[in-house]
Amino acid sequence: MSAALLKASGLTVRFGGVTALDGLELSVNVGETLGLIGPNGSGKTTFFNALTGIVRVATGRAYLDGGDITGLAPRRVAAQGIARTFQRLRLLLELSVFDNLMLGQHLSLDHGMWINLFARHRLRGEVRRQADSARALLGAFSAALPARLYDSAGSLTMIDRRRVEICRALIREPKLLLLDEPSAGMTPDETAELMSDLLAVKAQRPRLSVIIIEHDMAVIERVSDRCAVLDYGRKLAEGSYAEVARDPIVRQAYLGED
Amino acid sequence: MKYSAVPALTAVLASAAVVLTILLVDNQWAVAGVVAGAAAILLLSSRFGWGVRIAASGAAHPIVVPAVVLAAVVVIVFVLREDNFALLMLCTVMLYAVAGLGLTVQFGQAGVVNFAGAAFFGIGAYATAVLSTKSSLPHYLVLPLAGACAAVIGSVLLLPLLRTRGHYAALITIAFGILFKTFLEVNDALGGPQGLKVPGFTMFGHAFNDPIVIDEQTEWSFYMAYAGLSFVLVAAAYAFVRRLERSWIGLAFDAVRLDETAASAFGVNVAAWKIVAFSVGNFLIGTAGAAYAMMTGFVAPTSFTFADSLILVSIVILGGLGNPLGLVPAALIVIILPEKLQVIQEYRFLLFALLVIVILLVRPGGLLPRAAREYFPDQSR
Repeated sequence: MSAALLKASGLTVRFGGVTALDGLELSVNVGETLGLIGPNGSGKTTFFNALTGIVRVATGRAYLDGGDITGLAPRRVAAQGIARTFQRLRLLLELSVFDNLMLGQHLSLDHGMWINLFARHRLRGEVRRQADSARALLGAFSAALPARLYDSAGSLTMIDRRRVEICRALIREPKLLLLDEPSAGMTPDETAELMSDLLAVKAQRPRLSVIIIEHDMAVIERVSDRCAVLDYGRKLAEGSYAEVARDPIVRQAYLGED
Repeated sequence: MKYSAVPALTAVLASAAVVLTILLVDNQWAVAGVVAGAAAILLLSSRFGWGVRIAASGAAHPIVVPAVVLAAVVVIVFVLREDNFALLMLCTVMLYAVAGLGLTVQFGQAGVVNFAGAAFFGIGAYATAVLSTKSSLPHYLVLPLAGACAAVIGSVLLLPLLRTRGHYAALITIAFGILFKTFLEVNDALGGPQGLKVPGFTMFGHAFNDPIVIDEQTEWSFYMAYAGLSFVLVAAAYAFVRRLERSWIGLAFDAVRLDETAASAFGVNVAAWKIVAFSVGNFLIGTAGAAYAMMTGFVAPTSFTFADSLILVSIVILGGLGNPLGLVPAALIVIILPEKLQVIQEYRFLLFALLVIVILLVRPGGLLPRAAREYFPDQSR
């Protein structure tokens, strides 16, 4: 197997008296898709928030490509090449699809006063180039989406919003993509469609690593190379979907069987 | 497809006609009627999508339309050439629009609250009083320097503003505004409650406060010169704020306003952009205050109260938060109406408060709601 891209060791997060992550050990290899499952409150989203600097890590460390990213501010984590989606979509609904994608592109845009205020002809060329690449990326998800580039994100259906949010995370070609329950609020058919899109996108980016949080086991089975099960902030089991799904401890804790 | 210039030009000429009528007509009921009619047309215009057509037509003619705006202002100023009071009001509207543009950057774009607009306006005014009496700097440098003073003094608020959100941030700016007025009242070096005199604007040997002598019988109001100055300031500030909005910087401001968590997850330095927006806004407000002080020749603490800050905020909300164009009708209503309609003069704060409440309830976007960002509106998609 190839080298680990992300490595979390002994990651612990506490909210007051509650230990949301309890010495979590987890790693993701380059190009791998890791499915993260576990009951509500088991610490999956907290793990994402700890990685991306939204919550404070009490002890333990996280490394990306060998570099320590523990405790970095969210914007510095983004600069290291981690992009994410949110469980409850955080699109800027009153802005256009293009503006939302350009937020994903923020760190690659020129915010200098000269180009933005005075050399507008250069900005014009830049905006046109960005619009072309945004259309291309949206087109990889849905043939109808590029035409809606300038519609407000709030005017899109749920599945298109999810697509735009994933595109926003992908547009700067991150090393690691964190997907927080992409099926939330969608029908099984829509979910299946979105996962096909995701697999297609993944096929074009062999070095992109993905961690996907999901409750829908069919999704996990379909997209993940490996699974990790969390419970009470600890790793309960790890392995291929088949191995994890067979594990009696997992079945008891998560699938609700005796 | 090339849009015709007709819709934009019609809008410009109609607006000019309304402004001129409001300034010239003395009959209160006629003024009220014109304002009500204009407001109704504004509301209808968005109902029937005229606003979009006017905007598209304006964008398609980036030279003709501004030129006609300039011509309209020249005509208005020329018609009012002997009417000091009307010109003073016109200048006040334009300078308040400059201050409103500052608030638009802070409030409307980056979402940084500022309920101390009058204080920053006052800092610009006092800085002008001091700089133009104690130094021999040319006045065209005093204006931006006074704006810079407002931005620099505003930076004392940065630390508390960056550490608070929403109501708490608003309270901090309110407290600053009140402290500022009290500070001026007890500070003898700055004239205490009596305030300071401010020399008029002088450029290339021409003192703007001298009447413009045409011949022995005719003298034109000195406010004509200030109208020119105010128009240059408002046009420059408008172009600046518009370009800011239609750029990657404006997008970063919007992201900070709409969702700090999402913004920072994609690398936006939220604190830095708030600092930029707050400082740029205070610079514009301070510059407006500087020109206003030179025009009125006098600054005193009583001109920069919390109520005046609220007037500024209500202009921005009434016009349409984030839309620089909306400031013009809003400033006209808020500044000129009480002067023209003696009936409402005493109740003006009450009426503005009601107006803002009604706007927030029934039309939160304001008279001219902000349109979606187009980086280059003239570009076909």
